[in-house]
Amino acid sequence: MNSTFILNIFRFVALLALQVVVFNNINFLGYVNPFPYILFILLYPVNGNRAGLLVASFLLGLSMDMFCNSGGVHATACLVLAYLRPSIFKFAFGISYEYQTVKIADKLSPERFTFILIAVLIHHLVLYLLEIFRFSFFWEILWRTLLSTLFTLILCIVSIYLIKPSKR
Amino acid sequence: MQQIINFIFKNSIRLLFLLLLITSLTLTIQSHSYHRSQFVSSANVVTGGVYQRINNVKEYFNLRTQNNDLAKENAYLKQLLYNKPDTVIASTELIPRGYEDIKVIQSKVINNSFNVPENYITINSGSADGVKPDMGVVNSLGIVGIIEKTSKNYATVQSILNVKSQINAKIKKSNHFGSLIWNAKNVGYAQLIDVPRLASVKKGDTIVTGGRSVIFPENIPIGKIDKIFIDKATNYYTINIRLFNDMTNLGHVYVIENVKRKEIIKLEEETKPDE
Repeated sequence: MNSTFILNIFRFVALLALQVVVFNNINFLGYVNPFPYILFILLYPVNGNRAGLLVASFLLGLSMDMFCNSGGVHATACLVLAYLRPSIFKFAFGISYEYQTVKIADKLSPERFTFILIAVLIHHLVLYLLEIFRFSFFWEILWRTLLSTLFTLILCIVSIYLIKPSKR
Repeated sequence: MQQIINFIFKNSIRLLFLLLLITSLTLTIQSHSYHRSQFVSSANVVTGGVYQRINNVKEYFNLRTQNNDLAKENAYLKQLLYNKPDTVIASTELIPRGYEDIKVIQSKVINNSFNVPENYITINSGSADGVKPDMGVVNSLGIVGIIEKTSKNYATVQSILNVKSQINAKIKKSNHFGSLIWNAKNVGYAQLIDVPRLASVKKGDTIVTGGRSVIFPENIPIGKIDKIFIDKATNYYTINIRLFNDMTNLGHVYVIENVKRKEIIKLEEETKPDE
C-alpha cells in the first residue's frame, strides 16, 4: 500500500467520474466527444506492474461501457492501448526508455507529444472501429477518429499542465 | 512439464492480454447482436443510480420547457375528453371498463445518448413499476423507442436513433406500410424504407406507427416527409422523415404496455407453418 497505488486508485475513480459527468455530455457537432479518461493509462508509472495495468485498464473500460451501454468497446480499446504502451514508449523515447526514468507529466517535449498523440490515436481508432462495426461506415470511422483525437489530445495536454505545473 | 510452466511464466503478460481481449471482444460482439449482454448495461444499480443523480441536477435547466410541453398535452387531452359525449367522464371508476387493453406507465429519461450509431436511453422505472422488455416508449410529441432491458428500478430503451431499430410505420393518408430505420447520419431525421411505388407520397405527409406492430398502438405520430428517393433496383421508395420529436431533448415519457400482446404473439406462433 504505497502512495503510488493510492494515487492510481484515486486517478481511476476521478477520471471515470469526470468522463461520465462532464465529458460524455459535450457532444460537439452532435457526435464528437473527447475521452480524457485514458490519461489513467498514459500516466501509469513507466516501471509499474504490467499485469496490474492490463487488469486496471480492462476494468476502467468496462465501467465506461456500463455507463455508455456499449458492450465491450471501451474495454477492448483500453486493453489494446495498455498492451501496446511499452511499444509506443520505445517508439517515442528511443530504445532505452526504461533506464531514463521517463516522466509523462512534465514539460511538453516533442517526445511526450508523439507519445500522447499515438496513444490517443490508437485508442480512438479501435474504439470507433468496434463501436460502429460496419465497413460501410468506413469514412465515418476515420472522420470521427480524427475529430475526437484532436479534441482528446488538447484536453489531455491541458489537464496534465493544469494538475502538474513545472516546478522549475 | 517444466517447459510448459516456463512458457506460461515467460508469456504471462501476453496470455493475460489475450484472455482479457477475448472477454471484451465477446462482450462487444454480443452487444452488436440482437439480445444484448446481461451485465454490461446502464440499467444496473450503480450506473442507474449515478445517472439518476446527474439527472436530478440537469432537470432544473429545462423545467420550463418540460412543464410547457406537459401542460400543452394536458390541454389537448382535456379537449378530447370533454368533446367526447359518453362514459369516460361520467364513470366513477378510475379506469373504466373497456379501457384496459393498453396500459400507460409514466416515466422519466435520466440518460440519453444520440451521438453513436447504436443509441440507448435510460429511464427511471423498471420491473418494479411493471416495465418489461419490448414495450413501446412514447412522449407527447411522438415515439421514442422500445424497452430493451429492465432492472428493478431502471430500464434501457433502444432509441429510434439506433441502426438496429426497425419499427412498422405507415403514411397516415394512404395507409401504405413501411419500416422506420435510422441511417446514423442526422439526429433530426429517420428513414422510411420498403414503401411500395404504388403509394402516392407527397412532401409534408404525416408518418404514424402502423397497426401491424404489437408494441405500439396505431397512429402514434412519428414525423413528416421531408424528401423522397426512388430506389431504382427494388422499386421501393426510401423516404427521409423529419421527426416531430427532438431526440436530443427528452424529459417525461410514457411506457406503453399492450395487455393482449402475449396472446397475439402466441396465436401467431401457433399459426406459423412448421419448417
